[in-house]
Amino acid sequence: MVEELSHQQILRYSRHLLMPEVGLQGQLKLKNSSVLVIGTGGLGSPVALYLAAAGIGRIGLVDYDTVDSSNLQRQVIHGTSTVGKLKVESARDRLTDLNPDIQIDIFNEPYTSENALRIAKDYDVIIDGTDNFPTRYLTNDVSVFLGKPNIYGSIFRFDGQVSVFYAKEGPCYRCLFPEPPPPGLVPSCAEGGVFGVLPGTIGTLQATEAIKILLGIGEPLIGRLLLYNALDMSFDFVKLKKNPNCRVCGPNADIKELIDYEEFCGVPGHHADDTSAGAGWDITPQEMQERLKLDPNLLLLDVREPHELEIVSIKGAKNIPLGEVAQRMSELDSAEEMVVFCKRGSRSARAIEILSSAGFKKMKNLKGGINAWAEEVDTSLPLY
Amino acid sequence: MTTLRIPTPLRAYTSGKGEVQVTGAKISEALTDLTNQFPAIKPHIFNEGGELRPFVNLFVGENNIKDLQGVDTPIKDGEKIMLIPSIAGGNYG
Repeated sequence: MVEELSHQQILRYSRHLLMPEVGLQGQLKLKNSSVLVIGTGGLGSPVALYLAAAGIGRIGLVDYDTVDSSNLQRQVIHGTSTVGKLKVESARDRLTDLNPDIQIDIFNEPYTSENALRIAKDYDVIIDGTDNFPTRYLTNDVSVFLGKPNIYGSIFRFDGQVSVFYAKEGPCYRCLFPEPPPPGLVPSCAEGGVFGVLPGTIGTLQATEAIKILLGIGEPLIGRLLLYNALDMSFDFVKLKKNPNCRVCGPNADIKELIDYEEFCGVPGHHADDTSAGAGWDITPQEMQERLKLDPNLLLLDVREPHELEIVSIKGAKNIPLGEVAQRMSELDSAEEMVVFCKRGSRSARAIEILSSAGFKKMKNLKGGINAWAEEVDTSLPLY
Repeated sequence: MTTLRIPTPLRAYTSGKGEVQVTGAKISEALTDLTNQFPAIKPHIFNEGGELRPFVNLFVGENNIKDLQGVDTPIKDGEKIMLIPSIAGGNYG
């Protein structure tokens, strides 16, 4: 236990010390607290920055990715100079610069059923800054089993949700969402896009809740869900109750230990390859280039949205957005060979599933999508 | 007339509308009106058996219909209905 602040720290935290709700005792509480941040992306960036600035004594960061240029539109903890570096190292360096007084623990590994309890057990509060259902259910269950608050934030395009799931005092994530949606029904941020400032708003709200809980002040979002829409600039609150049938925190809970979350959600999680249509369907950019040399009229079906064609397109390709494939397949000739593509290969894989169940056979899925084509064949095209 | 709030992920099926005006004295009637106006949204809310999908939550005012009378929950004048889906976004990877 640290029991006093240095002169330098008193100056650094003076705007906190001036407020009776925090004060010297509150600041010491923060200094003796620890928070685990799962993910150092859009949500984790503002969360970790504000927690470090507030003087949380120990912050754990979990991520296994490296910084990419396409992250910088929203992941403000990273910078141009750290593109290509490990995200946890890039984040640690930025946080140490912001506040050299605090301890940063880094975990350069995916958060899984094997390591999650070990990683999380020594922290007071867990922050969910993940972007996929398996890791969200895992984060929830770990928090329930360890009896720790789970500060939940989630985003999609212009919508955000925030709550504090703390099974000791209120509902957990599974009380609200007992099951994830079936795979493919909700597109990911990589496919659907995200308004860059949105995770800033949601992550900052998560950091607010974490700091309040550590200080023991105010009304935490336990039993309430905040719904934010950036386009409407609307904040709505709804009440959440504990679900008596909840499988992890209910009185008759039957899930007593961590499970296989990828199986539960029906989707591959970390390092997932959702860009393959399966054996026999895939074609590499080089193979497609060879095919086009033999048959320049080979039908190319682009299943991206019309506004994506403005970013980059392949000349001569026919555009039917994935959402319209089922209705417009009469425009296609099942006797004619075609290559289906999108940005990365996952929407085209779903288009192939749809067409295949309607009897189409002569199709290939461009592996890696137009981005792989731009990287490996036509380097005059931009990546996005 | 009641206002039904549509979240971004489902606006693709309501011609981009964030709010839809529906009629009905209870939730089931309001949802029938919604799916009549926008048939494409139906499979995203109901399963093949016609039941609400478990990951879709409907709130009347501040309360989850699961904590009230389910789809039989009555709608009072001026109460707003919100559809709340699970979203996973964020930027982990």
